[in-house]
Amino acid sequence: MTTSLSPTLGRLPALSGSVGVRQRIVERIAPYAYIAPFFVVFGVFGLVPLLFTFYIALFDWNPIGEHTFIGLDNFTRLLHDDRFWNAAGNTLSIWVLSTVPQLLLALLLAHLLNHARLRFAVFFRMSMLVPYITSVAATAIVFAQLFDRDFGLLNWLLGHVGVGPIDFTQSRWGSYVLIAAMVMWRWFGYNTLLYLASLQAIPREVFEAAAVDGASGWQQFRHITVPSLRPIIVFTIVTSTIGGLQIFTEPLLLSRSAPLTCGPVRQCQTLTLFLYEQGFGQFQFGYGAAIGVALFVLVVVLALINYLLSTRIRREQR
Amino acid sequence: MTRPTRRRHVRRRTYALLGLAALACWFPLYWMFVVATTDTARATQLPPEIKPGGNFFHLAGLVFDTVPFVRSLINSLIVAGSIGVGQAVLCSLAGFAFAKLHFRGRNALFLVVVLTMTVPTQLAVIPQYMIISSLGWVDTLQALIVPGLASAFGIFWMRQYFTTTISDELLQAARIDGASTWQIFWRIAFPLVRPAAFVLGLFGFVTAWNDFLWPFIVLKSPDMYTVQIAIKALQNQYAVDLGLAMSGSFLATIPLLVLFVFVGRSMVAGIMDGAFKG
Repeated sequence: MTTSLSPTLGRLPALSGSVGVRQRIVERIAPYAYIAPFFVVFGVFGLVPLLFTFYIALFDWNPIGEHTFIGLDNFTRLLHDDRFWNAAGNTLSIWVLSTVPQLLLALLLAHLLNHARLRFAVFFRMSMLVPYITSVAATAIVFAQLFDRDFGLLNWLLGHVGVGPIDFTQSRWGSYVLIAAMVMWRWFGYNTLLYLASLQAIPREVFEAAAVDGASGWQQFRHITVPSLRPIIVFTIVTSTIGGLQIFTEPLLLSRSAPLTCGPVRQCQTLTLFLYEQGFGQFQFGYGAAIGVALFVLVVVLALINYLLSTRIRREQR
Repeated sequence: MTRPTRRRHVRRRTYALLGLAALACWFPLYWMFVVATTDTARATQLPPEIKPGGNFFHLAGLVFDTVPFVRSLINSLIVAGSIGVGQAVLCSLAGFAFAKLHFRGRNALFLVVVLTMTVPTQLAVIPQYMIISSLGWVDTLQALIVPGLASAFGIFWMRQYFTTTISDELLQAARIDGASTWQIFWRIAFPLVRPAAFVLGLFGFVTAWNDFLWPFIVLKSPDMYTVQIAIKALQNQYAVDLGLAMSGSFLATIPLLVLFVFVGRSMVAGIMDGAFKG
C-alpha cells in the first residue's frame, strides 16, 4: 500500500509502518547520495578539465600572465609544427611496436596456460603479474641499465653473436625498441590473464571434439581459440590504444640529459611528453591544451577505426 | 597410437615456453637487486656481474641520505592506502545503488559511468593542474587522493558482483524487518561483497602506488614526494652512482612484492573474474 512512498529498493517493499517524514526523505535521496561521489569527483577532475582544455586551446594562455583570445591560431601553429608531427610519429610507432607483438605473445601464452593438466599453474599465473606490480619508474631505470650501450647485459650478449653495441638511447629506432620493450614487459602478462579467463569459458569438449576430428594444435588455435576470444581481443586493443597514446614516464626517464624531449633531437618524445614540455616546461598552457585536443581527436579516430574494423569482421564471419 | 607421445612432446615445449616467460617476468627484478647490491666499479665492467654483491645496505643508506625516502614511503602509503580503501567503499556504494535500487535516471546515469571509462583524461592535465592550483592543493597529498577516488571501472565491476551474488529476496526480507536502505547496504550487502571490494581496493592501491605523471606535476617539495618521484630524483644522481637509482627502485618495489606474496592469487583471480563478466 505504500509502494509509492519510497521507491528506493527496486522490486522491494518500501519501509512501512511508523516511518517519519525525515526518514522518508533520506530513503528517497539515498540512491543519488550513493552515486554522487563518483559524479562529483569525475565532474571536477575529469569532465570540467576536459571541456576546459578545448577552451584554453583558443587562448595564448600564460599561467601567471595574460590570457589573449587567439581563435584557432594554436591549431594552425600545431599543424605546421615539426615537433608535433615528430611526436605523433614517435607515439604511433611505439604504440604499434609495443602492442602487436605483445598481444600475439599474450594469445600464445594464454593458449599454453589453458592446458588442463598443467603443473605449477599458480606459479606461472602469478609470475605474469609481477611486471604489473612493478612501477613504470623502476622499470624504466632497470631497462635503461639492461639496454645500456657500454655495460648493459643485452649488448654484452649481442656482442657474443657479433652484433652491436647498439646505443638504444641515442638512435630513433633504438629508443622505440627500448620503450616498446618496457611497455610490453609491463602488460603482456596482464593481457595473458585476460585471454586465459576467456579461454576457460570455452567448454573443454569443444577442443576435445576438434582433436578427435583430427584438428592440429595450430588449427584449434586458429579456428576455436581466436574466434571465441574476439570480444576480449577488441577490448585489449582499445585499452592498449588509450594507454599507448598516453605513454609518458618511459620516455621521460630514458634521457637524463634532456628528459623533457627524450633526447637532444626529440627522437623519442611522445605526444604526452610534448604536451608536458609545452605546458609545464615552457608554460604555454594554451599551446599545451591544443596538443591535448589533438590527442583527443587521435583517440576518437582510432576508436572509430577500431569499431568499424571489428563490426566489419563480425559481419564477414556471418 | 602416436597421440600420447606427441602430446608429451608438446607439453615439454609448453613448459619450456612458459618457463621462459616466467623468467622474463622475474629477471628485471632480480637484476634490480643485483645492481642495487653492487658498487659502481663492479657494475661498470664487462662481463657484467650477475650475482648479487654485499653492498645493499651501503647503497640503501645512501638512498635515505640523498632523498627523504622514509617520508616518501609514508606519503605513498597514505596516498595509495586512502585511494584503495576509498575506491573499495565508494564503488561498492555506487555499485549497490546501480544493481539493487530503483531510481529515476538510473540507466542513463549508469551509461554515463560506462562512457567515462573511454575518456583519456590524462590529456586534460593542464586544466586539472589549474583546478588543483585554485583549490590551493598544489604540493599536497589530497591533490593525489581525491581525484583518485572515482573509478568508473570499479563501479561497473562492483555492480556486476552485486547483481550476480546477492538475491533480491535476501534484501526484501531485511526490508520487511524494517531495515533502512543504508542498513541493508552496510549490514547485509557489503559484507557479502567484501572479497570483491578488497580486490578492487588492491588494484586501486597498486595503481596509485605506481602512478607517476600526476604526482610529478602536482608535487614540488621533496617532503611531499611519493616513492616514484623520489626515484626520479635519485635518477638525477645516476651519473654519480649507478646503483643509487637502482637501489631506490628496488626499495620502492619491496612493499608491493611483499603485498603480492600474500594477495597475488586474489589479484590474478580478480583480473580473470573481471574478464569473464566484462
